[in-house]
Amino acid sequence: MRVAEAIEVSAPPSVVWKVVADPTRYLHFLAGFTRWEVVSDEPGGVGARYRMLMRVGSAEIGGLIEVVEWAPERELAWTSITGIDQRGRWRLRERPREDGTMGAWVQLRMTAGVAGSGILGWISEQVAAPTVRGHLRRSLQQLKRQVEHEELRERAAARRRARAGASG
Amino acid sequence: MEATATEAARTNGRPPDEEARASLPTRLLRSVAGQVQKRIPAADLDERDPDYIRENLPAAWLLSSLWFRGEVRGLGNIPETGPVLMVGNHSGGNMTPDTTVFTLAFCAYFGVERPFYQLAHNLVLSMPQLGFLRKYGTVAASHANSQKALSARAALLVYPGGDYEVHRPSWERNRVDFGRRKGFIRLALEHDVPIVPVVSIGGQETALFISRGERLAKLLALDRMFRLKVMPVSLSLPWGLNVGDMLGHLPLPAKITVEALPPIYLREEFGAEPDLDEVYDHVTRLMQDTLDAMAAERRLPVLG
Repeated sequence: MRVAEAIEVSAPPSVVWKVVADPTRYLHFLAGFTRWEVVSDEPGGVGARYRMLMRVGSAEIGGLIEVVEWAPERELAWTSITGIDQRGRWRLRERPREDGTMGAWVQLRMTAGVAGSGILGWISEQVAAPTVRGHLRRSLQQLKRQVEHEELRERAAARRRARAGASG
Repeated sequence: MEATATEAARTNGRPPDEEARASLPTRLLRSVAGQVQKRIPAADLDERDPDYIRENLPAAWLLSSLWFRGEVRGLGNIPETGPVLMVGNHSGGNMTPDTTVFTLAFCAYFGVERPFYQLAHNLVLSMPQLGFLRKYGTVAASHANSQKALSARAALLVYPGGDYEVHRPSWERNRVDFGRRKGFIRLALEHDVPIVPVVSIGGQETALFISRGERLAKLLALDRMFRLKVMPVSLSLPWGLNVGDMLGHLPLPAKITVEALPPIYLREEFGAEPDLDEVYDHVTRLMQDTLDAMAAERRLPVLG
């Protein structure tokens, strides 16, 4: 199964990256995921390991994963160590917005399956794909909401500081 | 000496003259029993095959998700590592869908790498078509196997109610009935491992179970021959009237819900030398309360 969902966020990739690169925040926006915990000494960077689980049908699937690509504000990819075979990737790209500010295009991809599981494995992937796609879509929507709210709050705080500086 | 041993094995350990005095049907039954018992594999935890389980997870997932609409809660209550004794109520006749749903959920959640064994009736493991169960870590229900599994720091799933509970009539479907079997408590104390009650509902709706057939089992001497205390009678697909359930049946697509409860550390809760009856009553009461709550959630049989 290969599933990919993308969304436009009204904040630059650097702001989105702060959330995507922080595994402690994942359960705040990932939908359908029941676990995302750091099991390595380092919480980020190539070699960081997480234990993740996602509810699909009657089981929570996932396992131990390891980050294999870490390009700040651009790419974050992982592959599975135990559990089902999976690869995942965050792709962040700059997108100029109509108002002249910089936005971000964010894509979340997942490839999952079980090698050697035969035709029933293929069928199960087709049956599970809509659920996984739904999880990814809702996760991106929640990420967008969270990032844009933070961005708005930061802009408001900056405006308050500027006004306070001007009046002072 | 060797000849005597061979003769004893042929007559299931009975003196040859007693065997000769037995009637023809009795001898025939004993011979069948002997053959069946010979088929029961020795306790071999090494037969569990994580790769096999992993490759078959998708098939189990399809069955569990689409047919039984399985829902497993509380897996986080099971200690992440180390030996643990999971004690379940058992339902669904010889097809036991609750085991399928729970085993899939356990293996997906903790990974197939975590050693996990299930105890099953000897007869189940002697059936040639069910040989694959041994690769899942299913071993014959015996004290020796339980000891080996827990000594190997594995997670062990036991069903104290066994064949007695699994064939209870459908109108007793929401009742935990271990038949006062307390071996699991002795086992947990012996190895000082926590007990995690695992409560399931829906299995007894996969057919119409009419009777355990205890009198029939006694009449046919199944207890002495095969350790079978029941000869269940049910209405099930595709047989209609199903006596014995030896060939299994096509389970109705009843919704199966399973819930793992918080672990019980016996010596912490009941002292250094816990009273078996007190522990038994505590565990079964907890499970019954949970089962009652789960039953209250269900609106319709089968549909859930």
